[in-house]
Amino acid sequence: MKSLLITAAAAIGFALPAAAQSGEPIKIGAVLSASGPASFLGEPEKKTIELYVDRINEDGGLLGRPVELIVYDSGGDANQARTFATRLVEDDGIVAMVGGSTTGTTMAMAPIFDDYEIPLMSLAGAVVIIDPVQPFVFKTPHTDKMACEKIFEDIEKRGLSKVALISGTDGFGKSMREQCLGVVGDYGIEIVADESYGPKDSDMTPQLTNIKNTAGLEAIVNPGFGQGPAIVTRNAAQLGIDVPFYQSHGVASKSFIELAGDAAEGVRLPASALLVAELLPDDDPQKDVVVDYKTTYEAETGEPVSTFGGHAYDGLMLVFDAIKRANSTDPVAIRDALEETKDFIGTGGVVNMTPDDHLGLDLSAFRMLEIQNGDWTLVD
Amino acid sequence: MTAELLQFAFSGLTVGAVYALVALGFTLIYNASGVINFAQGEFVMIGGMTTVFLAAAGVPLPIAAIVAIGAAVLIGILLWALAIEPARGAPPIALIIITIGASIFLRGLAQIVFDKQFHALPPITGDAPIRIGGATVLPQTFWVLGGGFAVVVLLTLFLERTLLGKAVLATAANRLAARLVGINTAMVVCLSFAVSAGIGAFAGILITPITLTSYDVGTLLALKGFAAAMLGGIGNPVGAVAGGLLVGLIEAFGAGLISSDYKDAFAFFVILAVLFFMPAGLFGRRAVERV
Repeated sequence: MKSLLITAAAAIGFALPAAAQSGEPIKIGAVLSASGPASFLGEPEKKTIELYVDRINEDGGLLGRPVELIVYDSGGDANQARTFATRLVEDDGIVAMVGGSTTGTTMAMAPIFDDYEIPLMSLAGAVVIIDPVQPFVFKTPHTDKMACEKIFEDIEKRGLSKVALISGTDGFGKSMREQCLGVVGDYGIEIVADESYGPKDSDMTPQLTNIKNTAGLEAIVNPGFGQGPAIVTRNAAQLGIDVPFYQSHGVASKSFIELAGDAAEGVRLPASALLVAELLPDDDPQKDVVVDYKTTYEAETGEPVSTFGGHAYDGLMLVFDAIKRANSTDPVAIRDALEETKDFIGTGGVVNMTPDDHLGLDLSAFRMLEIQNGDWTLVD
Repeated sequence: MTAELLQFAFSGLTVGAVYALVALGFTLIYNASGVINFAQGEFVMIGGMTTVFLAAAGVPLPIAAIVAIGAAVLIGILLWALAIEPARGAPPIALIIITIGASIFLRGLAQIVFDKQFHALPPITGDAPIRIGGATVLPQTFWVLGGGFAVVVLLTLFLERTLLGKAVLATAANRLAARLVGINTAMVVCLSFAVSAGIGAFAGILITPITLTSYDVGTLLALKGFAAAMLGGIGNPVGAVAGGLLVGLIEAFGAGLISSDYKDAFAFFVILAVLFFMPAGLFGRRAVERV
């Protein structure tokens, strides 16, 4: 009897390592700005990633193996992010990475991932992340250049051409202003005024007064982020400026409507489909994905969904999708599979990547919205 | 052109009135204790944010505003009792660094107690702009200007007409002498923190409908308010108000007439130039002599 037990124990003992081998977790890393000034990005991103890693593990994991998530909080600090990135690739042994939340942290981490040949899926906005293309660096959010193109396209469609820019001098506003000035030549549009304001300014009527008095003014575009655009919108209403007014995707959230109040009526802005999940027609390819993510996230966290969490969802799902198609956890194979992503439907749009395009979104990913009666409406 | 200039002037006066109230808070505490309280901006934030959150919880606006001012006064007294008073006798520079620490602490606390979002309050009397000579002004602007004026008048009456106010003035003039004639100078410093906090919170409530508020609005306001106080001559209430309005006007006219890119640089350039030729500020010397 005793020897039988020993035999059984030995058998189990031998069997265990083999079982563990097949069930060894797939390690995915994430460095996010979950605290600090960019926590409005990192917080929903972290929640989203944790939520969906739990979900895939409940459903049996990936390639029959569980997924292990290793998250570090960079606090928005590029130095910290780089330290954590080194730890992820050297000590933790990850096969792919989702993050950072900001352009600064992403650019600090990118060289490490190119050196170690592990794919990095950034959740940050700026176009410099993927242009020029680095072999192992990808990103999910739309770029500010696309936002400019979407806005100019809409202005042109309305038969307008004389546009005033009023931009925040924060990183977002500055970058978008440059991108807008860069692509404006592709449209029949002339920039007739170019004003700016500080990100913490509380009154922009002097700049808007100058814009108002610009001859032939037909539309205003406000690249900016935070509370500035809400104040600009209020000031414009105060001055009685009634030309079409465009905001950027940087303020695409309900809080902008609340802050700007009645002044927001008629304001247009490009935004991701996630913002208007319920308004999308049923035959919209993104409808199911965005409604599903929105209801899941809101039910699990009790917080309203944000496009930033959506970027994290897209990033994680793109990596999962690539691992499945590669049928391998070799980082280079995952990278190759990511580059072959075709018709992947995310919250940010339909993704078609190539070796030259590590973003894979086109202008259709942006929806032009107009604020009416304190709510979003689809323009087209 | 006159309509434009008028518009710039209104813009400058609105923003300037806020700077003036913050500068006034600096002045009070500086006079009583020789400390520049860099947590002054946080009182403005506490006033605005507390009102927003109480109003969101269903408290009627006037009551929310009074409670918010009370909360700020309490925090001002706590700041004095827990941080400034225990360090009594430390050189002013150490006390100033303590207030910087307090401001970082209060900002961190506000992130947890409130949130990191921006918030607005409804204006007191609607938001239909009033037209004056081709320029437009929000009704709330008059509340800010009127509120600022009322604070200055009340403060002057308090300082010149009440025994307690005269104790504050005496402490400002010569702390040792004040103590020798029986004035409880510690009490005066405590009072100055309480009043400064109250004024800051009051300003925060009045400006939130125009400028919006969030946990970190205090930083920039403290910087601009400090600059205004220096411009006017630190320690002089009239100078603080004049300095605040002037900084606001320079910013507005600089942005409107010259370049919005260099608006802040322009304001600080003027301040530097003034301080270079008049190191005590516009009203500095005279005040000291008068007292």
